[in-house]
Amino acid sequence: MNIITSRKIKSFLVLSLCVGATLLGFFWLFFILIDVIVQGVGALGPDFFFNDPAPVGMAGGGLRNALIGQLIIVLVATLIGVPVGLLGGTFIAEYCRGTSYARVIGVLSDTMVSVPSIVVGTFIYAILVKPLGHFSGWAGSVALAVIMIPVVLRTTEDMLKLVPWSLREAAFALGAPTYKVIFKVTYRGASAGILTGILLAISRIVGETAPLLFTSFNSPYFSTNMNEPMASLTVTIFQYAMGPYASWHAQAWAASLLIALFILGLTLTGRFIIRWKYGER
Amino acid sequence: MASHNNKDITGTAVYIMTAVASLSIIALILGIFYTLFVQSSLAIGKFGFFGFLFSTDWDPVRELFGAATALFGTILITFLAMVMAVPVAIGIAIFISELSPNFFKGPAGVAIELLAAIPSIVYGMWGLFTLAPIMSDYVEPALQATFGRLPVLEIFFAGTPLGIDILTASIILAIMIIPFTASISRDAFNLTPSVVKESAYGLGATKWEVIRNVVLPNARISVLGGIILSLGRAVGETMAVAFVLGGAHKISWSLLDMVSTITVTLANEFTEADTDMYLSSLYLLALILFIFSFILLAGARLFVMRSERKV
Repeated sequence: MNIITSRKIKSFLVLSLCVGATLLGFFWLFFILIDVIVQGVGALGPDFFFNDPAPVGMAGGGLRNALIGQLIIVLVATLIGVPVGLLGGTFIAEYCRGTSYARVIGVLSDTMVSVPSIVVGTFIYAILVKPLGHFSGWAGSVALAVIMIPVVLRTTEDMLKLVPWSLREAAFALGAPTYKVIFKVTYRGASAGILTGILLAISRIVGETAPLLFTSFNSPYFSTNMNEPMASLTVTIFQYAMGPYASWHAQAWAASLLIALFILGLTLTGRFIIRWKYGER
Repeated sequence: MASHNNKDITGTAVYIMTAVASLSIIALILGIFYTLFVQSSLAIGKFGFFGFLFSTDWDPVRELFGAATALFGTILITFLAMVMAVPVAIGIAIFISELSPNFFKGPAGVAIELLAAIPSIVYGMWGLFTLAPIMSDYVEPALQATFGRLPVLEIFFAGTPLGIDILTASIILAIMIIPFTASISRDAFNLTPSVVKESAYGLGATKWEVIRNVVLPNARISVLGGIILSLGRAVGETMAVAFVLGGAHKISWSLLDMVSTITVTLANEFTEADTDMYLSSLYLLALILFIFSFILLAGARLFVMRSERKV
């Protein structure tokens, strides 16, 4: 009897610790989110979106330059990264599934997904910034695309694998060549999953700062010229937060809030698509 | 016949395009390795790879560089963060997969994913403006007043509590890696066959005994893989720690002191490196980081794959 009681007490204690750990996780989540909202919402007015940075001490400055710069850099990165990742994932899922080549690419992609992003920044600096002699928006986009490719490749592969073979066989039986089966059957079957993968890959690069530090650098001016240094919200946050002015700090908080909301929105959209398409998991 | 040929050509073109795209991964890895190696050859030539690795010098004026201080910071902060994060993450995973009522599993999972989705720069800012003052005003003086008085532990709590230090940085890093470890562990726990769990319950095991003897052993390989993955993330994390580390090149055993990590050194000094030797040394740091995380991550992946095949 005593043994049973002590076992039950032990079980209760350990499981209480697990509940405590979960509460701790929720505590940090709400602490950070609420703090970012409270500190950021004040500076997030029309000025923030429509004005460029004003000299310190003058009211009405905003971060239009960084906002537009970030959008351009991420858009171009997506245009480079998504096709390469998508096609690469298609190759290892459709043309050489189960081969050792597919396994090697899979392991290497998983590794690339987690390679420190600052290393990618130094790599792009060496091949695109130093030889050309100046920082540029292009270099920033390429750095982000490098981070994006393995993410898209891996999710595409996983999603294509979920499409049943019988579907492809039906199309083959009608005489369709492989590439037509891929474009008209498998891509359609996996479209929701692939779209989710792309959304998650974008949300991954939107928050990146380290690879932009040495590539697109930063600029206080509004510019759409990809050949020049380009402002981005993340690098601006880094610069402003380290700076001494209260107005800079307020704008850095506002930019943090904007990026966090954007990424949370993308993540939730991705989850929603998966649930809607593939049902409750 | 002509249309047939066109199909062949399109088919071949698609095949080649996709094949080239998949090769891009290999090209990138080799490209990064080769580029970093070439760029750091100046530093390797002067200091030698291992000489650089174990040298505590970091003197841009006399052009003497070594990785030991940054490596020390990276390893110490990663270690502390893992010690804090892993038990909490596994606790969360156990709660979500085994304890939580069904209606709460979804929201709890979403919450963990949101924690993972917050970008590292936001963690960094929050750490600098919110966590660091709390640490320097309340937590660190309290630690000094208690543990700081004990004979051996006092070494770890020496100095002025500024909040910009090893302890704050590792706490932020720990919060960042909790969701990675937790979600991988949860997925692994969920794979336990319910028949096995039910037979353990049938033998009269308590809930904890089922978790301890059935769920955990069943998931241990995936959990270990998840931990190594988080370790790789922690080693390469830049922005979350860049704000709260100060970037001082020294080896210190006090948790209330500033140090530097490889990533923070790169972030702070890369664009300011004014001599070739300085820049080359920074590239060598990046190369060391790249090799280290590559071996860690690829090793973890192969380990998990091999273990899965055995089962």
